[in-house]
Amino acid sequence: MKLLAFASRNRKELLRDPWNLAFGIGFPVVLLLLLSAIQANIPVSLFNIEKLAPGIAVFGLSFISLFSATLIAKDRTTSFLMRLFASPLSASDFILAYALPLLPMAVLQGAVCFVTAFFLGLSVNVNVLLALVVLIPPAILYIGIGLLAGSVLTDKQVGGICGALLTNVSAWLSGTWFDLNLVGGAFKRIAYALPFAHAVDAAKAAIAGDYASIFPHLWWVIGYAAVIMVIAVVAFKRKMNGDNV
Amino acid sequence: MNAIEMTGLTKKYGERTAVKSLNLSIEQGTCFALLGVNGAGKTTTIKMLSCLTKPTSGDAVILGKSILTDPQAVKEIANISPQEMAVAPNLTVRENLELIAGIYGSEGRAAREKATRMIEEFDLSEVERQKAKTLSGGWQRRLSIAMALISEPQVLFLDEPTLGLDVLARRELWSVIEHLRGKVTIILTTHYMEEAESLSDSIGVMARGELKALGTAAELIARTGAKTFEDAFVALATGSKASA
Repeated sequence: MKLLAFASRNRKELLRDPWNLAFGIGFPVVLLLLLSAIQANIPVSLFNIEKLAPGIAVFGLSFISLFSATLIAKDRTTSFLMRLFASPLSASDFILAYALPLLPMAVLQGAVCFVTAFFLGLSVNVNVLLALVVLIPPAILYIGIGLLAGSVLTDKQVGGICGALLTNVSAWLSGTWFDLNLVGGAFKRIAYALPFAHAVDAAKAAIAGDYASIFPHLWWVIGYAAVIMVIAVVAFKRKMNGDNV
Repeated sequence: MNAIEMTGLTKKYGERTAVKSLNLSIEQGTCFALLGVNGAGKTTTIKMLSCLTKPTSGDAVILGKSILTDPQAVKEIANISPQEMAVAPNLTVRENLELIAGIYGSEGRAAREKATRMIEEFDLSEVERQKAKTLSGGWQRRLSIAMALISEPQVLFLDEPTLGLDVLARRELWSVIEHLRGKVTIILTTHYMEEAESLSDSIGVMARGELKALGTAAELIARTGAKTFEDAFVALATGSKASA
């Protein structure tokens, strides 16, 4: 109950910020429409809706990191978190209460992206539901990055790190905007050493019905998500038990 | 009966000692003011007592519960109104109150009833549906204290509760705090001498992490031979002679 009370507050804070809705839901939809318009005029195989929609859905999740990190960092800087650290909430209550409202938001974001893609020619079939499930590990990864950033950075730093750096890194290194094979070499190796390209490839495989190709990529994402989540929990606990809230 | 007993309570940050071996008892139901210039160790003391930071050495027992060995129990019986505005900005006044009630274990209807009671006691009804971020500083302070009291704490820490408020808002908050006397043990930090003089049953003066003096305002004035309490405080905090 204590956890749910705090989770409910976090959900309200996130949904009542118009920028969260604009960037979380609106921006990926705008990108989808824009890139589809480009595709209609200058056909590029990368921007086929079956490949584009999963990429944009994964890219949109980077905003989830920004939302969660901003919320936590603001709670710290306004001393709201200090008030709550003096309450009987445990560390696990805090982590879950910050993370839980973000997961349905992430799934909703993916669903809006795919529904928009239906109007742009994406086939309506069960594979889209599978892609939404495949998006859950990347969503947890991005939530973990947000928890970590919010625990160690100020709200201004969060804007730079999650708002600029993370969104750019996850865009360039995901293979959404350009084919990583075209660049090849070290760039491609770095991209596939990180989880973003694997997240996009897993979602593309789900949409394509290529079920066998999903898990080799998803394991990478799950591994990264697990490691980042553990680091985030440790960082948050240190902050909770430390001298600086 | 003492609500709080501190024994050798010490906090060090590296080489710097923020609070040095504090030995202090505070009687239940009284208002105790902790005074000192910036960096004297007031907020660090409050943070240790409210289990926000662990002491380097020493202990404090709050209504029989040790902050070292039983911090969860201390958190159940104490609450804090921090120095900065610690409210959820996009939640309404009522939602902020219900949130804290929920976090302290009141569910649904019970949380709503407690929030209603606080709204009445703190005259918050005219801003009840306003988002906290739209409130003036005075209303936010009032909400902050109501949020600390909705958990029905036996011990309440008020860290500079009237900082930045205008005279009228400050007087209104004084009235709120005066009403709590006898019901809740209050530990108050403030930079306003008249606030400490007016609200507290006893006063501790801290300087460079040490408790320099303890007593009522009248006792501290008499001890230093000062004309006013402010002069007495300056003499105690600086170790100088009071200006006669």
